[in-house]
Amino acid sequence: MATRSQAREQAPERMTVRLKVLRFDPERDKEPHFEDYEVEAEPMDRLLDLLHQIKWYQDSSLALRRSCAHGICGSDAMVINGENALACKILVKDLKQPVTVEPIRGLPVQKDLIVDMEPFFAGYRAVKPWLITDPDEREPERERLQLPADRARYDDTTKCILCAACTTSCPIFWADETYIGPAAIVNAHRFIFDSRDSGARERLEIISGRDGAFRCRTVFNCTAACPRGIKVTKAIQEVKQASLLRTL
Amino acid sequence: MCAALANVEEDSWEWHAFDTVKGGDFLADQDAVDIMCKEAVESVLDLERMGLPFNRTPDGRIDQRRFGGHTRNHGEAAVRRACYAADRTGHMILQTLFQQCTKEGVEFYNEFFVMDIMLVDGVCAGIIAYEIATGDLHVFHAKSVLFATGGYGKMFKITSNAHTLTGDGPGVVYRKGLPLEDMEFFQFHPTGLYGLGILLSEAARGEGGILRNADGERFMERYAPTIKDLAPRDMVSRAEFFEIKEGRGCGPHKDYVLLDLTEVDPEVVETKLPDITEFSRTYLDVDPLKEGVPIVPTAHYAMGGIPTDVDARVRADHKGNFVPGFYAAGECACVSVHGANRLGTNSLLDIVVFGRRGGLAMAEYANSTKLTDIPEEPAKEIESWVGSLFEGGGPEFPANIRTELQETMMDNASVVRTDESLGQVLDDITALRSRYAESRVRDRSKVYNTELVEHIELGYLIDMAEALVVAARARTESRGGHYREDHQMREDDHWLKHSFITRAEDGAAPTLGYMDVVMGRYEPVERKY
Repeated sequence: MATRSQAREQAPERMTVRLKVLRFDPERDKEPHFEDYEVEAEPMDRLLDLLHQIKWYQDSSLALRRSCAHGICGSDAMVINGENALACKILVKDLKQPVTVEPIRGLPVQKDLIVDMEPFFAGYRAVKPWLITDPDEREPERERLQLPADRARYDDTTKCILCAACTTSCPIFWADETYIGPAAIVNAHRFIFDSRDSGARERLEIISGRDGAFRCRTVFNCTAACPRGIKVTKAIQEVKQASLLRTL
Repeated sequence: MCAALANVEEDSWEWHAFDTVKGGDFLADQDAVDIMCKEAVESVLDLERMGLPFNRTPDGRIDQRRFGGHTRNHGEAAVRRACYAADRTGHMILQTLFQQCTKEGVEFYNEFFVMDIMLVDGVCAGIIAYEIATGDLHVFHAKSVLFATGGYGKMFKITSNAHTLTGDGPGVVYRKGLPLEDMEFFQFHPTGLYGLGILLSEAARGEGGILRNADGERFMERYAPTIKDLAPRDMVSRAEFFEIKEGRGCGPHKDYVLLDLTEVDPEVVETKLPDITEFSRTYLDVDPLKEGVPIVPTAHYAMGGIPTDVDARVRADHKGNFVPGFYAAGECACVSVHGANRLGTNSLLDIVVFGRRGGLAMAEYANSTKLTDIPEEPAKEIESWVGSLFEGGGPEFPANIRTELQETMMDNASVVRTDESLGQVLDDITALRSRYAESRVRDRSKVYNTELVEHIELGYLIDMAEALVVAARARTESRGGHYREDHQMREDDHWLKHSFITRAEDGAAPTLGYMDVVMGRYEPVERKY
């Protein structure tokens, strides 16, 4: 406890950080290529801060998505030193140099670190990610009741920010983008295990299909990649089990 | 999101309305506040029926907890009124509404950046947008348009706001010669992570978190003896400012205070406050279970914005005229339900209640009117303006202009202001504006030219900062989030009115007009908690 407070009392050490950023400008380049940069930084700076330093003071053409800068909007997923993460949640002190930064894999690169998210959202839409209620159920006058234990059952998968870090870390998805991918299954899980929902049957039918959950080979990349700490592989396994139970 | 559901204790929408009016230092329009607080109940239930994962009471109803400024029976004690989903209620509302949009097949034009609103003889006829992915300009010819573009907290150095919150919507409106309302009122949230401004939700104090100074003292007992740490945000931020100013700040520079969660049940911290716990650990390497989290006031919310009525219709002036077909809702708008200081949770309520009302009103309007004819080349002016942003210019980095703007706004126009400090920041803005005019966009590419977007955003930030400062300098009183050290009292005789600021042509100073506050059941009284 004391050491942390003391650490804050020392002047932060400045250091030079070397980065290799994979660049691709469709108006100029045939192939992506790495470019090297050096920026001054402090250990507690975010990688996003470093990319801003490059964009604002070295090469303004560097293209990336970002908004909230603290891991909630989900727009700055990228491959950082070989692993999927949000640039705003990775701190300089935790990075090996030179830091390599690449766009997330398996989606078409539009420019530099920006990819076309449409195939990812197509997977999301495929699982009907909205509350499906029983058409015979009378619309309640107040709220639907849900016991705390039932609410806790799907809590983990409500945390998803649709950043695509999980889906684009999955080797099955890299090989074939028709696989709906971990994030879509996470969002299906969020409703399949919601006691208020009655769409499990139709969702499980979609998910047990050719492009669905059974293509998962439990590589666990997705769980490691999730910046929200969602147990993605576990959620996929639970969806698979529910699907098998349905067919028994 | 507050609503008087009374699921866990006695409550009424009228108490909620009183708290909102008092929290806003009596500048809110009371008819609008009544609508918001009445419709709050149905709005929360509506979201639940759409699937929002609210936390639950043991018997399965929506759980409620305390939040700043929300009280039982007109200030007796804190009341449990906030309906919540862990500490990510806003995120869950966004998710739930996006799910419903997906269900309904709503078409999104993602990464289209609004450049202008088309007004033909004062009637809204659509918008012009820049497609960031291609660099193309698009004309959206429309019967009705609603702006939901958010705020402009990025004008301050320390802010909870996203990089994109640069006042683009209000900026477009302002440049069109339409007024903005109550721009001087900007909320500083008391619990921003030290050095970063990242927001730690007020839920932390709702669940029992305590603010402490360097002496370990729970200083809010001195400033708000009844509800202490759950006083409204403007008061808590000011208290922090004065604790730090009077030498009771923590750390080597005595420039922050601590949010102490060590006495809250660790189970509650981990399950009901997981996001803020993670922010502290990730960004400051501080474990809230073990030690106080360093915090400072952080620029959080614009009470002011595009003036609207309770159906989100945009006002053309302060005299009761409107812009037909044009609507605004959310933080970019000013209804006004928040007055001079918004209560915690009321922003989510505002977006849901007035977003819904605005949507219904614009649909009804669109169904009852014809498309307004537009000129043959409606995007011509915008096209040449965009072209000019690449021309000329010296070696200046626009990022330096933005940084200097954020610093002077933080130093001179934030929690505490004086005529002198506001004069200083106006001088700074004038200098920054001419440097901005000299600077240019270097990247000439069409595809994802995000430098161009950032450059335009900086222009809006400068405009919004100037509007805020001019309105703040004129208001020689203290009210809610606007605190003048040289005019410390609220002056209801002169200042119980909304400001309307309008941009002048050709660099002249903006002009101010005023509109009376809509009063109701509550007469202004001294604001004590």
